[in-house]
Amino acid sequence: MTELERTHDRAPVPASWDYAPAPEARDLVQLRERYGHFVGGEWLEPRETYTTIDPSSEEPLAEVGQATSEEVDLAVGAARDAFENGWSGLAPAERAKYLYRIARILQERSREFAVLESLNGGKPIRESRDVDLPLSAAHFFYYAGWADKLEYAFPNRKPRPVGVAGQIVPWNFPLLMLSWKIAPALATGNTVVLKPAETTPLSALLFADVLRQAELPPGVVNILTGDGRTGGALVKHPGVDKIAFTGSTEVGKSIQRELAGTGKRLTLELGGKAANIIFDDAALDQAVEGIVNGIYFNQGHVCCAGSRLLVQESIYEPLIGKLKRRLTTLRVGDPLDKNTDVGAINSQQQLDKIKELVASGEEEGAEIYQPPCRLPEKGYWFAPTVFTNVAQSYRIAQEEIFGPVLSVLTFRTPDEAVEKANNTPFGLSAGVWTEKGSRILAMAQQLRAGVIWANTFNRFDPASPFGGYKESGFGREGGRHGLEPYLDFE
Amino acid sequence: MSRLPVQKTYKLYIGGEFPRSESGRTYEAQGANVARGSRKDVRDAVRAARAAFPKWAALTAYNRGQVVYRIAEMLEARRAEFAKLSTGAAEVERSIDRLVWYAGWADKLAQVLGSSNPVAGPYFNFTVPEPTGVVGIVAPEEPPLAGLVSRLAPAVIGGNAVVILASESSPLAAVELAEVLATSDVPGGVVNLVTGHREELAPILAGHMDVNAIDLAGADGQAEELERLAADNVKRVVHGARDDQSPWEIAAFLDLKTVWHPIGV
Repeated sequence: MTELERTHDRAPVPASWDYAPAPEARDLVQLRERYGHFVGGEWLEPRETYTTIDPSSEEPLAEVGQATSEEVDLAVGAARDAFENGWSGLAPAERAKYLYRIARILQERSREFAVLESLNGGKPIRESRDVDLPLSAAHFFYYAGWADKLEYAFPNRKPRPVGVAGQIVPWNFPLLMLSWKIAPALATGNTVVLKPAETTPLSALLFADVLRQAELPPGVVNILTGDGRTGGALVKHPGVDKIAFTGSTEVGKSIQRELAGTGKRLTLELGGKAANIIFDDAALDQAVEGIVNGIYFNQGHVCCAGSRLLVQESIYEPLIGKLKRRLTTLRVGDPLDKNTDVGAINSQQQLDKIKELVASGEEEGAEIYQPPCRLPEKGYWFAPTVFTNVAQSYRIAQEEIFGPVLSVLTFRTPDEAVEKANNTPFGLSAGVWTEKGSRILAMAQQLRAGVIWANTFNRFDPASPFGGYKESGFGREGGRHGLEPYLDFE
Repeated sequence: MSRLPVQKTYKLYIGGEFPRSESGRTYEAQGANVARGSRKDVRDAVRAARAAFPKWAALTAYNRGQVVYRIAEMLEARRAEFAKLSTGAAEVERSIDRLVWYAGWADKLAQVLGSSNPVAGPYFNFTVPEPTGVVGIVAPEEPPLAGLVSRLAPAVIGGNAVVILASESSPLAAVELAEVLATSDVPGGVVNLVTGHREELAPILAGHMDVNAIDLAGADGQAEELERLAADNVKRVVHGARDDQSPWEIAAFLDLKTVWHPIGV
């Protein structure tokens, strides 16, 4: 370590630095006590319910339905009816206008949605406000424009809608994943039965109100809440023509098995264990920001998170030093506070999983670092964590943790970096940091992953196709390629 | 005295070589004893394909196109021979023309299937098609040559390495094609061919953890079981056209990679 490094060895801010609380107003969100299922444009009184909570305080927020197979049947019936009696025959330009309306209403009500997303999911308001909401609206706006241009996207192929799409979305970006699913499905003339994740149903339920305002015909989008049983019933339903699933690789495999022989279309966006590769000529301070954004964004609840840091040996010490110092400045706490960088873990179950994997890392011999930070007593919390001295065989280097936990490995040559980066059954994303252009392209070619971020990380855009290689799934969401899963061709 | 012809021993084609089946067994088809491939033969074939994949995928598209074109040249020279092993001259000619058609796609795929993506920020962003990796092909039973070529060509032209289960009832054209491949410019291991009982071999291929995609064009009656096995490692399942050609047949064996880079000075 150089003298210069050593003089900066302390945190750049005093440990006692106090930020004044800057909470976002919560009264913008008017929650009902109890929500039903949104089927055929109306609220269906649920047969069974469960309580959805705020993971940062464990405070109950509302009662929501646990959809049974009968309710799934009603929703699929409503979607089929809407598909056959109107939506698929509607002039594409009119379909587009509904989507434009939805995009605009999401923009108008964006703060309300952002607060709700942070409340129910635990993510920092800074992220839900600046990432989830703008991207959700942008997704609808982008796909709206495709609705009446499909013949140019697929020349000579005569595209037509698949029919009823069953869509199952995860809890890490509830509204954004809903938008990734619903926007292309509607643009291509399909109707939808969507199931939000068990722990984060509220933004999808509020989205039903956006559909009301947009005057979307009843049954075009149906929303059922519930746990995996609801998802299972949706997957099995014979009236569903296509399943789009984002979630764990384990559940994805079981869906693929379940659909064997049915002829139903399927796209899967599953787990990841992305390598974020830092070469010795990288701009280190920028790389540190990229590493932090890569793994601590949304508490690491990101399928494409840069959870394996691969550092070239010659810069290992200065880089890890800078990273650890940067971690001391991360503010962990109230998701609704505008200064918060890292919010609450989404659920008790996820917290248990993170703790279990972190314990395995310590047992297997990795060295743990967590910056000093006070975690709230109520709610689900986990401090930003870095593991050094990690071997490739450790569980923390192989399994998706889906939490704010970084595993650091080293390499000497570009070939070794590629070898290690690709040494995983996953292949969703990867990052490369170097100032050398030709090396970026060489790495981008050799990394077996669907999204490569060079000198950046965790960037998303509706125009940019997203999806995995290998066990991270198949099919793409975003861009022209994101239309294809929702179309049949002659 | 009439001359006694020398008969051919029909063997497997793995890693550019012609081994007998490890099983030591054969079965009779089209009047010949054909190697009855085993689990171990399939495994060897997957291993050979995996080893050949990176180099094949890294060739320039122009180069790959020429290699596939060369297969057509070699086939043209052996038309008469293949006519006897298939449904006739028309099938052979169709197969040759199909190889030429696919050869020409190699250096157009990225332009037709890829994209430059106008993201809302200072980033250069593009999407390119890339080969999926090792592709398992359950070839159609019929037609013996055109069915095989219709599946082989789109998988290989995109840069994949393949393991093919040949038609069980008419395997001779497939073994003969392997001899064409071995004397053309296709690197050993890029195409591997196993003959034998489909019911035994297809599940092994579909469940193999180092196969990235499986083409069930010829999986009559077995498709559901094979699709279920394919889920073990999230294989891309393709139901390819048995005797047709289209760039979308190539696309089915490709993954899409999106690359981002900031724009700045």
